[in-house]
Amino acid sequence: MAQIINKATRESFGLALCELAKTHDDIVVLDADLAAATKTSIFQKAYPERFINCGIAEGNMIGVAAGLAASGKVPFAASFAMFATGRAFEQIRNSVAYPELNVKIAGSHAGISTGEDGATHQCIEDIAIMRAIPNMVVLNPADHYEMTEAVKAAYAYKGPVYIRLGRLAIDSFNDPETYSFTLGKGITLHEGNDITVIATGLVVNEALKAVKSLENKGIHARLINIHTIKPIDRELIIKAAKETGRIVTVEEHNIIGGLGDAVCDVVTAECPVKVTKIGVNDEFGYSGPAKQLLELFGLCQSNIEKVVEDIVLNEK
Amino acid sequence: MDSAEKLQFQILACKARMGAIIGTFNAKSGHPGGSLSAADIYTYLYFKEMNVDANNPHWSERDRFVLSKGHCCPSLYAILSLKGFFAWDELTKLRHVGAMLQGHPDMKNTPGIDMSSGSLGQGVSAACGMALAGKLDKKNYRVYTLLGDGECEEGQVWEAAMFAVHKKLDNLCFIVDCNGLQIDGTVEEVGGVEPLDEKFKGFGFNVVKINGHDFDEIENAFESVRKVKGVPSVIIAKTVKGKDVSFMENQVGWHGMAPNKEQYEVAMNELTQKLNELEALV
Repeated sequence: MAQIINKATRESFGLALCELAKTHDDIVVLDADLAAATKTSIFQKAYPERFINCGIAEGNMIGVAAGLAASGKVPFAASFAMFATGRAFEQIRNSVAYPELNVKIAGSHAGISTGEDGATHQCIEDIAIMRAIPNMVVLNPADHYEMTEAVKAAYAYKGPVYIRLGRLAIDSFNDPETYSFTLGKGITLHEGNDITVIATGLVVNEALKAVKSLENKGIHARLINIHTIKPIDRELIIKAAKETGRIVTVEEHNIIGGLGDAVCDVVTAECPVKVTKIGVNDEFGYSGPAKQLLELFGLCQSNIEKVVEDIVLNEK
Repeated sequence: MDSAEKLQFQILACKARMGAIIGTFNAKSGHPGGSLSAADIYTYLYFKEMNVDANNPHWSERDRFVLSKGHCCPSLYAILSLKGFFAWDELTKLRHVGAMLQGHPDMKNTPGIDMSSGSLGQGVSAACGMALAGKLDKKNYRVYTLLGDGECEEGQVWEAAMFAVHKKLDNLCFIVDCNGLQIDGTVEEVGGVEPLDEKFKGFGFNVVKINGHDFDEIENAFESVRKVKGVPSVIIAKTVKGKDVSFMENQVGWHGMAPNKEQYEVAMNELTQKLNELEALV
């Protein structure tokens, strides 16, 4: 049994950057006065000469990152998901994605699990915004081990990448001995043919607990972890649609434009099946402790389990 | 600057202006006004100031230029062509489907273009990034970025200005093409960016003000800013929008409108006459 690490993916991100920078001199890290929160502070401490604090100016930060990339650097630019993808959307689109510059954008404090800061800081649109931009790769790693590998993969890939980071510390569920990250490839975490649950990011572990619990009730649900939302693993999703006939998606994001819609895009084109989306139902969040908010928004084991169980018992 | 050299620059700038008219006429769209105001600055940058190699556009040691006011690319394309980056014929296909020359600069497909641009305010930040990379890598190249006076209404310009001063980017030079006009009217009426020199001084820039059509002043400015250490520089160049095409000069309407056939012929006749006069002096 692998060691369970309880860490926020933002911290795993900061640690992974440090590790990667040991052997790659071209990595530079930019932040917009949130280093302590995005955990680029870990990198800052280890490599102060390669850390660029841009101040509270996200648009300029992305433009600077573009210029650094155009000059051979591999910049990782971090801020809260809200400000990176919201404030600097157009800089990302026109200065990074259009010229296909090798900039990695990290959006921390994504989703409602940002918690007490409330709606202004709880970004539930970043995946929708980033996946709508041509040339952009969108990653949403689910635990410490996955984030560690995702950072390496983002570096190895030549071109713009968006990486979603969470604030809340969560338990890891992957086994580093066997885990392997392939950009664009989903991972089947649990086998089953009654229904498929497709989850991404911070809520994958909740979905995993849900399908394991359902197993005890005689419901065999398949669970797919989609760490790469774009390009999405069409093959794996179509196979699941064909073999199980029913899909539930789980994401800590607005149900408009996120994983659920990405999955719907695939199945409606190639193998139409009913898809139920668990996510933020097109509403703003509010202040509160992260775990409590996740429960209130149904992004927890009990709700995922209930939704899946109801579908299997009533529809199939 | 000796008179022979100046004459060569005036000839090149005239050809660049012709290129802008040819390009926008054939495209039936585009931005002649600002292309004409910036032509002398482009000429000096590419034929004297900057260390570039048309045969090796991605040469890592080259000086970089970012056209932050990306819409003024037609005359920049003409200068790049005159410098040998690509054939002159490309200008007649400007903005056409499948053309190399896009409506706004595209670094992926146009040799000599160092940064894609077009959304105002963004190029200056990219120029800051390039200058910073030069500092990190201890390289000697310099970075230049041209922006419009109207563009200075964009907040990002001032984010970038603050950044450039804070990071001591003395290898970076902003050039403001102050032609005084923007789409909806004069810059004074629409956005009120003046006094630009005081604003940049307040941010900590080394500021030089020149007539952007006088090659002696252009040369003196670029030579002086090269010697400034520890802070970035800005050359505030007073220019005439639509310069050297009589009916376009200082006319707001020629910001983003192409000449029709008749206007094209008048413009080309004026520029051809000017070119002939200049060439007669060689």
